[in-house]
Amino acid sequence: MSDVLLSVQDLKVHFPLARGLLGRSAGSVKAVDGVSLDLRAGETLGIVGESGCGKSTLGRAILRLIKATSGNVVWLGRDLHGLDAAALRTERRNMQIIFQDPLASLDPRMTVGQIIARPLKTFEPGLGKAETERRVTAAMQEVGLAPEMLRRYPHEFSGGQCQRIGIARAMILRPKLVVCDEPVSALDVSIQAQIINLLRRLQKENDLALLFISHNLSVVRHISHRVLVLYLGRVMEVAERDAFYARPLHPYSQALISAIPVPDPKQERSRRRIVLQGDLPSPLDPPLGCRFCTRCPRATERCHREEPALADHGGGHLVACHYAGEG
Amino acid sequence: MLSTPTSADSSAGVAAAPILTVSDLAIQFKLPQGWVTAVDRVGFELRRGEVVGIVGESGSGKSQILLALMGLLAANGRASGSAQFQGREILNRGGRELDAVRGSAMAMIFQDPMTSLNPYMRVSDQLTEVLTTHRGVGRAEALAIAVRMLERVRIPEAGRRIRLYPHEFSGGMRQRVMIAMALLCEPSLLFADEPTTALDVTVQAQILELLADLARDLNAAIAIVTHDLGVIARLCDRVIVLYGGRIMEQATIDEIFYDPRHPYTKGLLASMPRLDDAVEGELRTIPGQPRAAMGDLAGCPFAPRCPLKVDRCNSEPPALQRATSGRALACHESELTP
Repeated sequence: MSDVLLSVQDLKVHFPLARGLLGRSAGSVKAVDGVSLDLRAGETLGIVGESGCGKSTLGRAILRLIKATSGNVVWLGRDLHGLDAAALRTERRNMQIIFQDPLASLDPRMTVGQIIARPLKTFEPGLGKAETERRVTAAMQEVGLAPEMLRRYPHEFSGGQCQRIGIARAMILRPKLVVCDEPVSALDVSIQAQIINLLRRLQKENDLALLFISHNLSVVRHISHRVLVLYLGRVMEVAERDAFYARPLHPYSQALISAIPVPDPKQERSRRRIVLQGDLPSPLDPPLGCRFCTRCPRATERCHREEPALADHGGGHLVACHYAGEG
Repeated sequence: MLSTPTSADSSAGVAAAPILTVSDLAIQFKLPQGWVTAVDRVGFELRRGEVVGIVGESGSGKSQILLALMGLLAANGRASGSAQFQGREILNRGGRELDAVRGSAMAMIFQDPMTSLNPYMRVSDQLTEVLTTHRGVGRAEALAIAVRMLERVRIPEAGRRIRLYPHEFSGGMRQRVMIAMALLCEPSLLFADEPTTALDVTVQAQILELLADLARDLNAAIAIVTHDLGVIARLCDRVIVLYGGRIMEQATIDEIFYDPRHPYTKGLLASMPRLDDAVEGELRTIPGQPRAAMGDLAGCPFAPRCPLKVDRCNSEPPALQRATSGRALACHESELTP
C-alpha cells in the first residue's frame, strides 16, 4: 500500500429527465450524489449496495465512460475531467474495466486472439504481428486459458472462460487500475471462486488497484481491503474490511450483512436477522434528511429532517448516521 | 381421464405417503445435432409439509425438472419416466387433463416476476382468473379472496393496489403478487424456480421470511430450485444435489451441510465464499468448467472435475445407492454408510 493512485472528490452524476413535448427538464435522477474516495496502488476497494444505488454509475464516471455532473477525479495528481481527448487517451491505458456479463462484453465476431489484442492495437500500433501474438498468448496463459484457443470465438467458451478472456484483455496493457463491475455475479459458485483467486493473484503480481463493484458481501469480503457502502447515490459507510464485517456501524450495513443467507443450517436457525421493511425508494425522489430513513429501524424525527455527515468513528471508519454505533 | 386420486395427502408428517413420486425422469431436447439429454435417471419423492431444495449449477437441469412436471417444457423438449401426483400420472399429459390439477392442486413461482405476469392485465384480473377458472367462484367473491391473499403475502394497501398493473409494483412486490397467485387455490404441491435470485439482498430476506412462514402454514410439499446454498440452508428440510442432469446426492439438510459424501457436494460447499470463514489464502475451487456439451454420457458427469476420479468413472455411470433413511448417493468412490 503506497501513495494514493486515485482520489475522487464530491463526484456527482445526475441524469436529467426530459418530459413532455418541449423536453423541459423534470428534475433529475441523482445516481451518484457527492461521493468521495481514495484508492492506493495494490489495494482493493469493494463498493457494495443494492440495484439502483449508483455503484456501476460511479465506476463508469471514474473512468469517464459517463460524464460526471460535478466533482473531481484525480488520477496520479491530475484531474481527469480537465484533460482533453488526447491526454485522456494516454491515461486510459492505465485504467481498464471488466464487466458483469462475460459473453455480452466480447465481440462475437472476433476471435479470442483479436479481442485480447485489441488494446495493444490501440495503444501500441507499431507492434509487429509476431510480438502481438507472443504478448496475447502470454496474457492468456496468465489468466489460465490455453493458448491453442487463440483462434476460437467467444460463443465456444463457458461463462467462466469468457470472464478470463475479459480479464486478459484488461490486463494486457499492464494497467494500474481495473474497475470490476460485478465480475462474478453471472458465474456459478464453483467458477466464482476461480475468478476471485485469479484477480487476487494478478493484483499481488502487478501491484494492481481494484475497484470491486458487487452486491454480494461474501464475495467482497474475500477480495477487498476496504469496503464502501452506497445507498441511493450517497456513501453510508467506509471501513477497513475486518472492522466493517466485525462491527458494521451503519444500520444499513448491519441489515445488508444480516440479510445474507449463510450456508449453514444451524446458524440460519439461530441467527438474529434484521429484515428491512419496504423497498428501495425511487432515486427520482429520494427521502429528505438521511436517504435511508424510510427503511431504517432506528430512524428518529431528526433523521427525516437532517442528513448526517460522513464522520470518522476512529481509524478511518467513516459512517453517515446520527446514531452510528449506538444500541 | 385421470385415475382416481388416492388418499395420499394426509398430514401425518414425514412418515406419510409421498404426494409426488418422480421415477426415472429423463428430459431431452432436439437440437440441430439431434436429441441431447439434459436430465437423466432422476427420481425423488415429496411429502406434505416438507421443503425440498434442488441445487445445481447452470445447465444442471434443475429448472427443466420443474418445467417437465408442470407440462411446460419448451416445444423441442420431451420427457420420459413417471411422475405420480396424488396417485395420478402427470408426466406428458395433455394440457386439458393437466389443467385439472395445474394452477390449483399444483402451482409454480417463477424466477422473474416481471416476465411471468401479464403486463396488459391488472393484477386483480390475473388473480381472480385463477379462482374463476379453477374454483368457479363469482367475480366479487374472487376479488375478496384475492385481496385477502395479497394481505397474506404482506402487500400494504392490498385493496387499492390490486387494481394496479404489474409495472406499477417494485420487484419485491411483484414477486409477492406471483406468490399470492400460486397460493390462491391452496395447492398441495408448490414449485419455486429461483424465487429470490432476481431480488436485492434486503428484499430477498423479506421474501425468504415470507416463504418460510407460508411453508409452515400451508402444509404443502414445496420444491425450491436454487443455486444458492444459503437459501437452501434457510428454508429446506431436504436437498437434492444435481450435476449434469443427474442426482449426485440426496439427503437431509444437516447431512448435506455437515456430512456431505459426494465430491461435488463437498467441492460446492467449500468453494462458496462465506461471511465467517478465513479470508487469508485462496478460496477452494472446483477445477475445470461446468459440463457444457450435453449429450449421452458413458460415465459420471462430474468425472472431468472430480478429485476422486478412477478409470471406471469415465465408462460406467455410478448407480444411486439408497439408504433406508432416504439418503442417496451416486459415486463409485464414496460410501453412503460411514
